[in-house]
Amino acid sequence: MTQNQALFEYLLRLGDSDLILGQRLCELVGNAPALEEEMAIGNVALDLIGQARSWMTLAAEVASAAEIEGAGRSADDLAFTRDERAYRNLLIVEQANGNFADTMARQYLFDVWHFHLLSALSGSADERIAAIAAKGLKEVIYHLRRSSAWIKRLGDGTEESHAKMQDAIDEIWTYSGEMFIADEVDSLLADAGIGADLNQLRSLWQADVQALLAEATLNCPSMDEYMQRGSKQGLHTEQLGFLLAEMQFLPRAYPGASW
Amino acid sequence: MIREFDNAQADHTSQPLIATDRAGQQLEQPSIEAIWTLLDAVPDPEVPVVSVVDLGIVRDLQWDGRQLVVTLTPTYSGCPATEFIEEAITEALHAAGIANVRLHQQLAPAWTTDWITESGREKLRQYGIAPPVGSASKRSLLGEEPEVACPQCGSHDTVQVSEFGSTACKALYRCNSCLEPFDYFKCI
Repeated sequence: MTQNQALFEYLLRLGDSDLILGQRLCELVGNAPALEEEMAIGNVALDLIGQARSWMTLAAEVASAAEIEGAGRSADDLAFTRDERAYRNLLIVEQANGNFADTMARQYLFDVWHFHLLSALSGSADERIAAIAAKGLKEVIYHLRRSSAWIKRLGDGTEESHAKMQDAIDEIWTYSGEMFIADEVDSLLADAGIGADLNQLRSLWQADVQALLAEATLNCPSMDEYMQRGSKQGLHTEQLGFLLAEMQFLPRAYPGASW
Repeated sequence: MIREFDNAQADHTSQPLIATDRAGQQLEQPSIEAIWTLLDAVPDPEVPVVSVVDLGIVRDLQWDGRQLVVTLTPTYSGCPATEFIEEAITEALHAAGIANVRLHQQLAPAWTTDWITESGREKLRQYGIAPPVGSASKRSLLGEEPEVACPQCGSHDTVQVSEFGSTACKALYRCNSCLEPFDYFKCI
């Protein structure tokens, strides 16, 4: 595997996770528990889709310059014409919204990871990656602040909100381990100073999550539990196909459609 | 015939900044300073009281030979106004007779509310949007909530209703003194 091939793959992973979570959150627009939360969810989704666009635009540039797989495709082509097996987003982001506790549990575990990931990538040896990461990091700080506040409020709230929040954490937990499983792409780019060191990310994430869940009077499951995996090989849960069907319908039914 | 170029009188809607001959060829380049003044009249589409220059979206202006290079930076990664702003800037420049324009997007250093000009902050306040408080360091962002003054009555007894407001760049607050809700331009 050449460095450019690894870079293309790495950028797709970054872009896909942002895009799929952004799309998932958009399902709540018009359907959120309160108007303020609806605006917040819509804004977080917008930030994520914007970041996805930056990563995919760069992925398309890298592919074209190096004439590797995907060459000649635009960011939109990458988002709207790849099938499920070609998607590289983390399994956690494609999970259904569930109830509000489920939505916030998924968001929080992702936000902590995203925050540490972009912090690391802000120092990437690849200036293009560092620039997108530094920009996105400012936005992600707000995402993390909001999701942390909701974990505390619901966890340390009423008996019912506590129970729902605990169930939500327990349910989504099995998808968290995959965020730290490194493969050839991760090692190659981490060694080159371009990508993030996932082992380091794991300990930062663990410390933050354990501390916040304790503050929220919630039980933190073990990181040694059985964890789902597969997204780096394009093996997804059944949730992704339905999401893509909706997201990709228009560009597939009307190729080249524009406003 | 070459007309006198007078930037003090420049009004991009009615009078071209550039003198042209009949073939439409540019004979004289307006100064960078005059173009800054021109772009300071282009409003932000979401907060029209402030200009794209007030907000710090226009980072740099340079003549590259006969071509004007405009360096822009987006406020938020997903800001839906980005394309609209690019079009508005291009249109204002074209209206002023500057046809040869190249827009250049620059991400680093990332846009920060620290770049909003003093006059921009005052305009925001008068419009009813509380301007960003303090500087945008990571520590201040993860720390305590800032003390945001109500743009209506000036009271500091305000409370955050939501981390996000009507656009990505704003949060929603309420004043406990005059009871009015208001937007706060977030510090990033």
